[in-house]
Amino acid sequence: MKKIRVLVAKPGLDGHDRGAKVVARALRDAGFEVIYTGIRQTPEQIVNTAIQEDVDFIGLSCLSGAHNTLFPKVVELLNERNASDIKVFGGGVIPKEDADYLKSKGILEIFGPGTPTDAVIEFIKNNS
Amino acid sequence: MSEFEDIAKAKENWENNVVKKSLEKFPERKKEFKTFSNINIKRLYTPADVKIDYLNEIGFPGMYPFTRGVQPTMYRGRLWTMRQYAGFGTAEDTNKRYHYLLKAGQTGLSVAFDLPTQIGYDSDHPMAEGEVGKCGVAIDSIKDMEILFDGIPLDKVTTSMTINSTCAIILAMYIAVAEKQGVPQKELKGTVQNDILKEYIARGTYIFPPEPSMRLVRDIILYCKDNLPQWNSISISGYHIREAGSTAMQEVAFTLANAVTYVQKMVESGADVDDFAGRLSFFFNSHNNFLEEIAKFRAARRLWAKIMKGRFNAKKPSSMMLRFHTQTAGCTLTAQQPDNNIIRVTMQALAAVLGGTQSLHTNSRDEAIALPTEDSAQIALRTQQIIGYESGVTDFIDPLAGSYVVESLTNEIEKGAVEYIKKIEDMGGVLKAIEQGYIQKEIADASYEYQRSIENKDYIVVGVNQFTKEEEPPKNILKVDIEKEVFQKNKLKKVKEERDNNLVLSKLNELKKVATTNENIMPAIIEAVKATATLGEISDALREVFGEFKEV
Repeated sequence: MKKIRVLVAKPGLDGHDRGAKVVARALRDAGFEVIYTGIRQTPEQIVNTAIQEDVDFIGLSCLSGAHNTLFPKVVELLNERNASDIKVFGGGVIPKEDADYLKSKGILEIFGPGTPTDAVIEFIKNNS
Repeated sequence: MSEFEDIAKAKENWENNVVKKSLEKFPERKKEFKTFSNINIKRLYTPADVKIDYLNEIGFPGMYPFTRGVQPTMYRGRLWTMRQYAGFGTAEDTNKRYHYLLKAGQTGLSVAFDLPTQIGYDSDHPMAEGEVGKCGVAIDSIKDMEILFDGIPLDKVTTSMTINSTCAIILAMYIAVAEKQGVPQKELKGTVQNDILKEYIARGTYIFPPEPSMRLVRDIILYCKDNLPQWNSISISGYHIREAGSTAMQEVAFTLANAVTYVQKMVESGADVDDFAGRLSFFFNSHNNFLEEIAKFRAARRLWAKIMKGRFNAKKPSSMMLRFHTQTAGCTLTAQQPDNNIIRVTMQALAAVLGGTQSLHTNSRDEAIALPTEDSAQIALRTQQIIGYESGVTDFIDPLAGSYVVESLTNEIEKGAVEYIKKIEDMGGVLKAIEQGYIQKEIADASYEYQRSIENKDYIVVGVNQFTKEEEPPKNILKVDIEKEVFQKNKLKKVKEERDNNLVLSKLNELKKVATTNENIMPAIIEAVKATATLGEISDALREVFGEFKEV
């Protein structure tokens, strides 16, 4: 069976990459193939990488407060590029009401501060 | 037989005869006890476990090696500066918050800028979309800076600004606004962060490659030395290294390694160490492990004094003093049961005070979810005031000195930091170590280990992996809405319409010319700022000359 491929990405200008790196490593340890984009990626760059790398999931991390602008854009671009089979989830400093908004925009799940990495691993397995 | 030998023997007796029996019935909670820095914690510390060399290693406050503090009387003279980091939305919004905080008894300002301002983009740049005013205040031109400090006399307050790759531009704006208020440069007091190395390591708001970035750092330090003698021209920061996941020991090691790199750069450019070292300042994190944190501050102070004296031959005591700001650890705040954060912050703040900090920011309870509301910001400030005025600890100088535990941890952290610094130097210095990703990897490893320890419950976080409960999401959180971005863009458009565009162009051209030489860049930036060139335009001019850095 093909290994599940996950792109962990940092959209926008935020440089707080501790969470993204921890999640990327935990997913790798769980047996997924993980690509980490590094910081300061535009939604366009993220979607390009996701398509090129043929990933199954994109995990977005943002702690700067710009999530409501940047996360939906990734989903929109995936739709435009006929890549809506790639599933998007996210995490960061994201209040509950924003999480609800993001889910309404096609982000499958939002993981807040304090989420164990196992929860992310479970989520990916359940949605594959 | 010496006293230490007697004690060591008596301790052995205690282990064999008293402890052993007790352990059979009541085993200890863990097989081994360790601090975050992986220091083994002994069962008991006695005078034999830390043979104190008082005069050489501890000494007196205000005297080398400054283990007990940089001022002779510490908080018996004056409390630390209560300096709450704040900024959001527009300059108008943030100015209002500053007036609120000053009225509540805050004693210094600390400006948080939004990411576009920190990375050299105007609010109308495509990369700024969604980020304007989000995690700090948006500053596009000197007009915004005037609004930010409206009604705040710059000869009366001290202002700290968290700004790095665009530091020269923001400092130039501050100088120009002060001039408009009638305050000369030499009277200005405050701090700019201006610490680019930790941006490559941990924080990520770099623009230019390391070499021109280091030149900007140097130019700012030299300009301040000659023109703003009361200004701290750099704040060498371990805070963000710690937030990225390092241990306490790594925080000291990497911060001081960076500091050594800056001092070397200055000395190589011909400056006398005693002419600038007194204006270097530091910035540390105060995390959860109470005793280790107190020891960390003391170890950092002692090690820096030794480095400045021994390695750089500093003569003035002020050149050897590690003066520092502290912020409680943002990464320890939990989104779960957020009121618990008030207690975490209290202990972290107390550690900073017992460690002898010069200024302090206490985080607000809601910061794991959003920027603080006015109410939360007030509780955070009150926390400092209660420690300062009610707890009584401020009447004592370095009260934990002589504690066998704290002195032992101080020694261990210093020793570990020395080893790290040596290792980095063997690799060819900090820039090489960053290039090879060594420092980043050390931090990432420590951060992953910390996360593992939470997930397997070796480390308990109250409300997160134990003592959890179902709860409603918090109400009343501060939100910066998207209209702020529109407002900011309109303001910028108006500024560009009303200014003399030819003048701006000529000032930007002059700046580019200076950038290609080795001349100090500050005067040309001040000129450009005064002509109302925007932060984005000035950054672009420098990008043209310096190029841009891409993450390794």
